[in-house]
Amino acid sequence: MTAVELEEVDKRFGEVHALDGIDLTIADGEFVSLIGPSGCGKSTLLRIIADLEQAGGGTVLVAGKSPQRARVDQEYGIAFQAAGLLEWRTVAENVELPLQVHGMGKAQRRARAAELLELVGLADFAASRPGQLSGGMQQRVAIARALAPSPRLLLMDEPFGALDEMTRERMQAELLRLARETGAAVLFVTHSIPEAAVLSDRVVVMSPRPGRITEVIGGCRPGGAVGDIDDVRESTAFFEAITAVRESLRKAHGS
Amino acid sequence: MVSRSRSLLTAVAAFLLLVVLWELAKLVLPADGVTVGGTRLLPRTGDAAMPHVWTVLERLGTPEVAGAGSRTVGAAVASGALFTLGLALGGLVIGGVSGVLLALLMARFGLLQRAALPYVVASQTVPLIAVAPLVAGWGGKIHILGWAWQPWASVMVIAAYLAFFPVAVGMLRGLTSPAKADVELFRSLAAGWWTTLLRLRLPASVPHVVPAVRLAAAAAVVGAIVAEISTGTRGGIGRLIISYAQAATGDPSQMYAAILGAAVLGLVAAAAVGLLDVGLKRYRGSVS
Repeated sequence: MTAVELEEVDKRFGEVHALDGIDLTIADGEFVSLIGPSGCGKSTLLRIIADLEQAGGGTVLVAGKSPQRARVDQEYGIAFQAAGLLEWRTVAENVELPLQVHGMGKAQRRARAAELLELVGLADFAASRPGQLSGGMQQRVAIARALAPSPRLLLMDEPFGALDEMTRERMQAELLRLARETGAAVLFVTHSIPEAAVLSDRVVVMSPRPGRITEVIGGCRPGGAVGDIDDVRESTAFFEAITAVRESLRKAHGS
Repeated sequence: MVSRSRSLLTAVAAFLLLVVLWELAKLVLPADGVTVGGTRLLPRTGDAAMPHVWTVLERLGTPEVAGAGSRTVGAAVASGALFTLGLALGGLVIGGVSGVLLALLMARFGLLQRAALPYVVASQTVPLIAVAPLVAGWGGKIHILGWAWQPWASVMVIAAYLAFFPVAVGMLRGLTSPAKADVELFRSLAAGWWTTLLRLRLPASVPHVVPAVRLAAAAAVVGAIVAEISTGTRGGIGRLIISYAQAATGDPSQMYAAILGAAVLGLVAAAAVGLLDVGLKRYRGSVS
């Protein structure tokens, strides 16, 4: 089964040709990054998959369904650059939100939230307010919230963009672990080359105006090898992947 | 709680300072005021114009008119203030509920917002003095299910008319305050309009609505007092101020006692809204 199937996806905003002929398939459990310069339509593509935007043309299938159906069935969880936690809810209540919206009973969702907070290492903060947490911790809560309905697909739009470098690296390791433990496929929008290289099974490089996929580069963990992410960061394969992505981006930019 | 008791202390201190300034003005300035070339620059400070604070307080405990069986000024002021408070709170509830409902409708239907909002704003530019006689004229003309329109109902309607505006505007602002990302999160969760309202828009509007209701409470009190005066409704503090003012040359402290009552009335109404604020504490910090 595939988590996402895109065929000839097209999108225009008035005169601007945002996306042109996008073909992309993401397998279940696969980690795919979208990278490209600002305005290349990578966020738009993610929003089309999330049914926050309609494709102008082509076929979009999420978990084998239309994006709208997939959204209603909670096939995906989403996290944005801003954690977007509701200030009047405790951390646990924020994680429970998707379950509450879908009418899960109180005891059940409380248990699920506790399990998820354990998973992201915030069990001690269940009763805290989002405002009492650091930026990295808030983003972990947002990821736990996205994972709450056990989605097959995790959509992430520059989720670590606002974090400092140290926190960011820790969060990357955490995300990889979560993706493996939950078996969810991840579509990860970023404009950090090392981030894309270290996380992904495949890095999708895009060019701007019109947004096109110029190249798909294999990651630095061939065969999805599971290892210590910090070892990966120092491996030759990692540096080769970075170089490949950088060159591809330069080519895509047409310079 | 520390900040709450501190703000109470500050309020008491501010009141005492006002008393001290009042008495200091009487002490330092000439009793006939200051007049330069026929133009009065500073008011008279004699006992007839500015009675001593303790005279005003004393007056509260003495009978309204000389003679046996007369109630004290304090009792008259208290009963008038209570009557007006009832009308003002009634007006606040009616105005508040209709303001909230209108804001909900405007938030739901963009067309209605564009159509109605200018009229909501325009409604407040019509002077109260013009509206009051109109509403007062309903007396005796309107019968609802066998109930004849009463003068106090006119006062309540005018108080509601003033209270409605800040609530409608504050609520609308609050309902539309959630960031686009929050709204999209709810959309991604396939939450419908009602769920989004209940779980996102209403909680997010609390920090906007509480100050709006506080404004509305003050407006309702002012509206009730002015409406009592301009419709000639008996029993409230507005009427009392007028009748005491007519006797002010002979008995100035009586009028000040009534004005004091009106001020306390405003404070009580504001404190009532403060209780609302305490009840909704968890939602307060959500405005950025």
